[in-house]
Amino acid sequence: MKAELKVRDEVVRERIGLTSNYAVAYAVKDVDVDVVAAYPITPQTTIIEKIAEFVANGELDAEFIPVESEHSALSAMVGASAAGARVFTATSSQGLELMHEILHITSGLRLPVVMATPGRALSAPISIHGDYQDIMNARDTGWIIIIASTAQEVYDSIIMAYRIAEDSRVLLPVMVAYDGFLMSHTMEPVELYHEELVRRFTPRNRSRPRLDPRNPITMGVIASPDWYYEIKYQVINAIKESKSVIKEIQGEFNKAFGTDYDVVEQYRVDDADYILITYGGASTGNAKEAVDEARRNGIRAGVLRIRVLKPFPTEEVVKAIKDAKAVAVIDRALSPGSTFEGPVFNEVVAAMYSQGVSVPVVSVVHGISQRTIFIEDLYELIRELVEFKNTGYFPRRTMFMGLRA
Amino acid sequence: MKVYFRNIRELPAEERYGPGQLTCAGCGPSIAVRWLLKAAGDDIIVVNATGCIEVTTTSFPYTAWGVPYIHVAFENSAAVASGIEAALKVLRRKGLTDTNARVMVIAGDGGTYDIGLQSLSGMLERGHGVLYVLYDNEAYMNTGIQRSGGTPHFAWTTTSPVGKVMRGKVQRKKDIMGIVMAHHIPYAATANIAYPIDLANKVRTALERLNEGPAFIHVLAPCPPGWKYPEEQTIEIARLATETGYFPLYEWDHGKIILNPPSNTHLDKSRRKPIVEYLKRQGRFAHLTPEDIKEIEKEIDEYWDYLARLVKAFG
Repeated sequence: MKAELKVRDEVVRERIGLTSNYAVAYAVKDVDVDVVAAYPITPQTTIIEKIAEFVANGELDAEFIPVESEHSALSAMVGASAAGARVFTATSSQGLELMHEILHITSGLRLPVVMATPGRALSAPISIHGDYQDIMNARDTGWIIIIASTAQEVYDSIIMAYRIAEDSRVLLPVMVAYDGFLMSHTMEPVELYHEELVRRFTPRNRSRPRLDPRNPITMGVIASPDWYYEIKYQVINAIKESKSVIKEIQGEFNKAFGTDYDVVEQYRVDDADYILITYGGASTGNAKEAVDEARRNGIRAGVLRIRVLKPFPTEEVVKAIKDAKAVAVIDRALSPGSTFEGPVFNEVVAAMYSQGVSVPVVSVVHGISQRTIFIEDLYELIRELVEFKNTGYFPRRTMFMGLRA
Repeated sequence: MKVYFRNIRELPAEERYGPGQLTCAGCGPSIAVRWLLKAAGDDIIVVNATGCIEVTTTSFPYTAWGVPYIHVAFENSAAVASGIEAALKVLRRKGLTDTNARVMVIAGDGGTYDIGLQSLSGMLERGHGVLYVLYDNEAYMNTGIQRSGGTPHFAWTTTSPVGKVMRGKVQRKKDIMGIVMAHHIPYAATANIAYPIDLANKVRTALERLNEGPAFIHVLAPCPPGWKYPEEQTIEIARLATETGYFPLYEWDHGKIILNPPSNTHLDKSRRKPIVEYLKRQGRFAHLTPEDIKEIEKEIDEYWDYLARLVKAFG
């Protein structure tokens, strides 16, 4: 612990109050991004406002393209990245939906685009408030998806995202998501690193293929049924294999900057009988409080946070929960028409199946369109897990918490 | 227009648009691309919208492109080009590349008049130094001849069919040059594959203007199966489009309108061939009555009147 603190002393240039959105902008500046394109959408907008300010003040030497739509924002990123530039964009909600077509194309073309996405509810009815429905709609597009839970982690994850995306073994786009408003617009203390250390950690990959007249290549081809499947399989393979690269780069980052990141975060999980699986800021923070309260009352509870959503950390999740008596997955997103309506619940169940493990798991939906998740709600959930265990009755349908009857 | 090439022999001999493409016999767009690449030279990056040219020239593992090429989607070629142009600018500034490559979009009428209009407008408004070339075969030929905003009045397509009540496309062709010029870019021009020297010189002129902002070239490129004529007649029919005044050749250069030969004599209607000579050669117009032809003639006269006023105002 002491050694880690010493590392922090050496790497931190200043400790300031930042929203998660501003933390993104500082990371973009510190890794020296070349081209930024974005369109305003709540709650993303303050990211690009801050970046526009950095560019306007000459603090970041980048081309800022104020595009006419999110579709064009990601399209411009595809072009700029294909030309060899380090690129950044950000969006939320309807904007991410408008980009959807290009999300698939970005991963299909193996372009290391990095995007920040404070999560937000989807229309209709229109809601500007935070949840993860937009992020979950992007989960089958071949993007690596990291979900951060603090502004510090947002800053750190954007830096790591460039290393991961541009790694020749990966070459896939990376999305860094976090709670809309609850994090995007909430100030937290963030420790910024010395710029030269960030740049040393994120050297450009100059050897990846690019559009260059001296060595012409054709990108974005048409493939017949004879070829398409194999090319898409390469994306499947790359994102699957990226987990070890992510762990390797996280390890390097932890060593260089004195942090402790993994693909999942475990809080009092080691000896826990009852585990809440969460993602994002608010639900994780409140779940930790609820777990502390449960422990005070003699219930051995813990929190497992999914930090890397894609590639899904199958082995890590199953290893953490395999000895639990009951588990609840708290989703802040909806999958209407599925057997269970929580999208990450479905991932967790599939993960257990793949490892031949069976633990009672309950699907819980909460915090839709920023409906407040109270600590008491989650404490009550832990007590219910105990009750389920004692009675042997586990609900075989999704529990919609916080929903008015 | 600056004259770089005086005759066909002065065009570069190198072919940058090679074998490995699957376009139809007599394909107008394919002829356009060959001239475009000859005129543009080596230092070019091509962005292609989804369409005939894209699906016929990049069939994996083959490619017809001897220059760097990217296709992303149907509606976003101008946005992709904006990103490439911005990337080259900043990479040059940071010393991360030393290429002076220019960016050229090649997109069809569907990808320009319709689904791509927003991204085109955005690119023109932001002033990216990109040459956008529209190859206009006047319908969605790649998906099997459906009407687009570029399809002319009365033309048959599968979505503007000839039936008992409606006979071909109800609406007129969208004035794309008017839309582009309204963005007040440095350079825009029309061209025709039947006039390759004029086309090549316009490409070179446009590329030279890119230091000041975007350029746009609208190239007429007939389609044998879509327009329904024998494939060996592509160039003849393209030439008739200009000779009859249906597709005038002109430039918008720094706010001036200049009519180019042979259209520079066509303000005088007697110097234009009768429109029927163009229409009767194409199966898509086979259903036209003499009244319909009169109506088309009237529309062309109106267009020339509009052009005359533009020349007077901006000449």
